[in-house]
Amino acid sequence: MSVLVFIETFQGGFKKPALEAVSYGHALSRLMQGQCQVLVYGKTDQPGLPGRHGADSVLYLDDEDGLADTAWLSGIIAREAAKFGAKALILAQNSTSRGILGRLAVSLKSGCASGVTSLPEIKEDRMEVSRSAFAGKASARLSLGGPCKVLSIASNAVLMKTDGQDAPVEVLTRPEPSGKVKVLETKRISGEIPLAEAERVVSAGRGMKEPGNWGIIEDLAHELGAATACSRPVADSGWRPHHEHVGQTGLAIKPNLYIAIGISGAIQHLAGVNNSKVIVVINKDPEAPFFKAADYGVCGDLFEVVPRLTAAVKRYKEQHH
Amino acid sequence: MKILVCISVTPDTTSRVSFKNDNREYNPDGVQFILNPYDEWYALVKALEIREKSGGSVTVIHAGPVQHEPMIRKALAIGADEAIRIDVRPDSSHAAALQIAAAVKDQAFDLILTGKETIDYQGAELGAMLAEWLALPFVPFASKLDLEGSRAIIERDIEGGVQVLEVQLPAVVSGAKGLAEQRIPNMKGIMAAKSKPLSVRDGVPGEDLILPAGFTLPPPKQGVRMVAPEDMDQLVRILHEEARVL
Repeated sequence: MSVLVFIETFQGGFKKPALEAVSYGHALSRLMQGQCQVLVYGKTDQPGLPGRHGADSVLYLDDEDGLADTAWLSGIIAREAAKFGAKALILAQNSTSRGILGRLAVSLKSGCASGVTSLPEIKEDRMEVSRSAFAGKASARLSLGGPCKVLSIASNAVLMKTDGQDAPVEVLTRPEPSGKVKVLETKRISGEIPLAEAERVVSAGRGMKEPGNWGIIEDLAHELGAATACSRPVADSGWRPHHEHVGQTGLAIKPNLYIAIGISGAIQHLAGVNNSKVIVVINKDPEAPFFKAADYGVCGDLFEVVPRLTAAVKRYKEQHH
Repeated sequence: MKILVCISVTPDTTSRVSFKNDNREYNPDGVQFILNPYDEWYALVKALEIREKSGGSVTVIHAGPVQHEPMIRKALAIGADEAIRIDVRPDSSHAAALQIAAAVKDQAFDLILTGKETIDYQGAELGAMLAEWLALPFVPFASKLDLEGSRAIIERDIEGGVQVLEVQLPAVVSGAKGLAEQRIPNMKGIMAAKSKPLSVRDGVPGEDLILPAGFTLPPPKQGVRMVAPEDMDQLVRILHEEARVL
């Protein structure tokens, strides 16, 4: 009972969520006493690298700008899943999986689940998986049927396997795209850690008083290797760019560490950050509702506390390196 | 331009989440149900903007029970021309997509819009499923859409940026923040909605490929542990040694 994993490259290498998906695929294939094959899409000199994270073999599709043509891409993956006899298909949960997960479930006539957080329970020919629901207020179990279940794996949810060797690579021929979807341009915000995948996030709200005060937030984020984020009022008033807005209407994130600074913690904001592993709240108002959702709290003037925290992180890093 | 908007009904964000029947079922008692905000704010309003600019019609479709009709009427009050309700209670994205695909496959819509995801399950699965059944292109998380003849120029959110795509219509597109701005229904719209056509049709049989199998509530938070604002070395130590996130 084998598993096919689909991942994409990023700037010649692989992002952590992709390698987590490979590790998950490996663990699942062993649970089902089968092999783990990884289909790599993109440009890289190291297509065999996923072997270090659990791939037994790699299929490599050397291409770019095809991820947006979801019909074309899912056609290729479904065909390889059938050829390999895969009983499960694993993706990393990201902008690519959102385009193809549902397509693959339909074409493989199987159940699917997005944002899966742990290995499934195998129950005869069905699989039971867990995923977050109700903005992190509960976890839902789903029972999936069909010959090849399709799962996307939430980032930061599985332990990465790192003790394997490079895997043998077979290069796939590239089928002609449909031409129905063309990429005109890809605009990346350079020099920043993408918020959606960040392990640590430093987020600030109206307590900052004005946009000119964000230097202390950026300093702390820099020291922590964290992405910066903000609350909705801050984005709406143009203090910070919209892509930094976390919360119900903005981005939902699940970093290991979320530091909320000068954010009161409205329920719509919590809906976007509830899944964070550890939440630290810094606020001068002891009644701020965010403290109820926090693991650690600091009640004080953020303009004093934040630089002090940055200095403490710096000292910690000097001691540990 | 003939546009279809898929609308879903979800519990309001501020509703308390609880379960019944030994945590096997969601407990809807006392819960306020609303139109899924992303369907309402982004998909529906974008469809109306296109109609206002270049003519055509906007049909909303919902797979759900008669109790959801007030939410469908709200979509009509905001400005949709007509509505279709498929009389089923789908318990997954797959079941809902199957019903919608079966209902519209012969209707030749030029553009099918839906919200990026529902606010309860956040699966973002339905659009892709529908596109596969209807053999159409699909673009998730569109934050901008302009029509140029039979093509759409779409900006979609990707990790750390946006991608600009040219997509051949007909296509399925899911809408994210930026695609359109929320509209509040006015009295004229609410009155007009009462006489707009809302047709009801039966569902089609389907396989149970995704079944709910119960819920788990997260362990209650230990409660916040306060750290003195003077002692940030202590906070760093805790984050390193106890929380293990540094």
